Amino acid sequence: MYKIIRKKELVSQIYLMDIEAPRVAKNANPGQFVIVKVDEVGERIPLTICDYHREEGTVTIVFQTLGMSTKKLAALEEGDYIRDFVGPLGNPSEVVMDSVEHLAGKKIVFVAGGVGTAPVYPQVKMLKEKGIDVDVIIGTKSKSTLIFEEEFNQVAKNLYVCTDDGSYGFQGLVTDRLKKLMEEEGKAYDLCVAIGPMIMMKFVSRLTASYKLKTIVSLNPIMVDGTGMCGACRVTVGSEVKFACVDGPEFDAHLIDFDEAMRRQSMFKTAEGKKAIQMEQAAVHAEGELCELGELQK
Amino acid sequence: MKLDRVPVREQEPAKRILNFQEVSYGYNQEEAVEEASRCLQCKNPKCVGGCPVAIDIPKFIRELRDGDMKAARDTLGKSSNLPAVCGRVCPQEEQCEGKCIVGIRGTAVNIGKLERYVADWAMAEGYRNTEKAPSNHIKVAVIGSGPAGLTCAGDLAKLGYEVTIFEALHEPGGVLVYGIPEFRLPKEKVVREEIKLLLDLGVTLETNVIVGRTVSVENLMKDEDFKAVFIGSGAGLPMFMGIKGENANGVMSANEYLTRANLMKAFRSDYDTPISHGKKVVVVGAGNVAMDAARTAVRLGAEARLVYRRSEKEIPARAEEVHHAVEEGVILNLLTNPKEILVDEKGFVKGMVCVKMTLGEPDASGRRKPLEMEGTEHVIDCDSVIMSLGTSPNPLIASTTPGIETNRRGCILINEENGETTSTGIFAGGDAVTGSATVILAMSAGKKAAQGIHAEMVKKGLVPEV
Repeated sequence: MYKIIRKKELVSQIYLMDIEAPRVAKNANPGQFVIVKVDEVGERIPLTICDYHREEGTVTIVFQTLGMSTKKLAALEEGDYIRDFVGPLGNPSEVVMDSVEHLAGKKIVFVAGGVGTAPVYPQVKMLKEKGIDVDVIIGTKSKSTLIFEEEFNQVAKNLYVCTDDGSYGFQGLVTDRLKKLMEEEGKAYDLCVAIGPMIMMKFVSRLTASYKLKTIVSLNPIMVDGTGMCGACRVTVGSEVKFACVDGPEFDAHLIDFDEAMRRQSMFKTAEGKKAIQMEQAAVHAEGELCELGELQK
Repeated sequence: MKLDRVPVREQEPAKRILNFQEVSYGYNQEEAVEEASRCLQCKNPKCVGGCPVAIDIPKFIRELRDGDMKAARDTLGKSSNLPAVCGRVCPQEEQCEGKCIVGIRGTAVNIGKLERYVADWAMAEGYRNTEKAPSNHIKVAVIGSGPAGLTCAGDLAKLGYEVTIFEALHEPGGVLVYGIPEFRLPKEKVVREEIKLLLDLGVTLETNVIVGRTVSVENLMKDEDFKAVFIGSGAGLPMFMGIKGENANGVMSANEYLTRANLMKAFRSDYDTPISHGKKVVVVGAGNVAMDAARTAVRLGAEARLVYRRSEKEIPARAEEVHHAVEEGVILNLLTNPKEILVDEKGFVKGMVCVKMTLGEPDASGRRKPLEMEGTEHVIDCDSVIMSLGTSPNPLIASTTPGIETNRRGCILINEENGETTSTGIFAGGDAVTGSATVILAMSAGKKAAQGIHAEMVKKGLVPEV
């Protein structure tokens, strides 16, 4: 069992939690992820590591309540326990782990979208600690859904916020902002790192390919074990099949078959949707009705 | 002496395809005693030689026959740490029962079901024997809680070692919990209980630890003072065919399908993990895992079909499993090989192009090579495909532990005598060494390594010779 040391609602439906997991904290690095199973009947869901404190033995996760499992997780409070918390999984971010000599003089831009903004923060922070300045573009729906702005102001050389509705910063998509930076504001980059929804990473990748700008993305496919034993998370990278949990989660964006990855991500949409309805029903109705709803799934 | 064995009661096929409960009910006391009395009590028993962990079979059968159940359980416990599991999943026809003298003129004594009866009796009665040597305060780490790791841990604990098992998943048991289905091996009643008995010997279990990521073998030995390490991490990496359409929605490895069903209990509506409820499921392969996947699909309401490139004679699964699968309506398409998976406009599987095969001359391994027959392409209508082509060892531990050598297939190299790897103090056994094999062979490797570890500790002067 893993104790929730801190819980904070960053903005509506996006939560931050510090989880007590000393073994994970000791070996975690930026770019890696954990698998969380909330309770006995829960499913295993992957969440990116957003920070870690080796001395306190805690690992920070940030998640958005999208489906049933994240809702269950959000319902827990400080002092409550998560049944299973395993990691660190996947490979550490190559860019961030690279040597200072290699990184020196490189112009890097990070593109973050939605809840993907959170895992970008420790990467930028670590680079800052190594003396490497980077630009950060954050995309979000509106001012009220923006997270980590203050933190990024501390560690990013330039921070560009984009909102879909124009309520804050630049109105438009992260790709529009990146394009503007490169074409109108004279920015030249050697490397782009994009983390966010699959659709955002696809369009960032498409744009940077036209500039021949090397781009790394962190994929978030469906996972079960996260240790390479099932292949649920397989993706096609440069016509080779890779398992995102062990070969990734970071890959060269220009080699990824995004359409396939997005299609695979939606595989259980109906099953997940039904489970979510079932949980909401269970919250308002008596438990006895669960079985009936369970039948619906078949 | 009766020539034929006492039959074992089973759930009717029509009824059992509607549930995940155990197919075989096993013997009751009367049946068990009657079957036990068929044993000739050979002076020079061949059956013992057929058992990879050399259980004193005539002795436990005699004790069972004479009604001394506790003694029978103790006899099993001397050689096996998981008798309720082995009695259920061992391929006895190739092992103990294959050597039984009674089998020459009639049917072999049903050793497996008798073993199961004794182990089940003890669990039901709460009878346990936790006899062990006093602690020698020497720490040994066991990586993986499958049959190899559990056996090694149990044997070392009995010798007085302080054993910690590190398991990557959230439940111990390895293939016993994620691979073999509930209807062959009940999880709560058998696997969990049998593991609990083992932990009661004073073994510590840490789940959610992936050695190679959460902690390294080096850390365990240098920072956490483990004097020896046993790697029993199995062969969990699934293989795919590399054919067109294989990444379509609805194509999965048998490992994924079975993990969802068994470990995550996706077949129960009160558990959160979803599973694909295909109507027409094709399983590629014909090993025990393929049978398990096909029979699981039947229970989830699908029409299940096995596609295998060789003929019935070469099917690697146990005869009993194939028999059960066919009884439950699994269709066998033999001498058939997939060429391509057809995908609909939304990216889901809609069919599979196959070709008929014929068997050519035996190759170097003695097996007849399957050859494609020209002009026999045909489409099998299906909405799910489960690839059951075998597995190989996960490279994570070997690649993060300096000094450990592996062969071309990623299997860890060991000294056959004592189970030691090419790095001193680090031992290995089970599927991590052999590639996917059987539960009992993994157990026997775990036993051998426990002896090897003990011998090394004696040699180093850390423990006195027993």
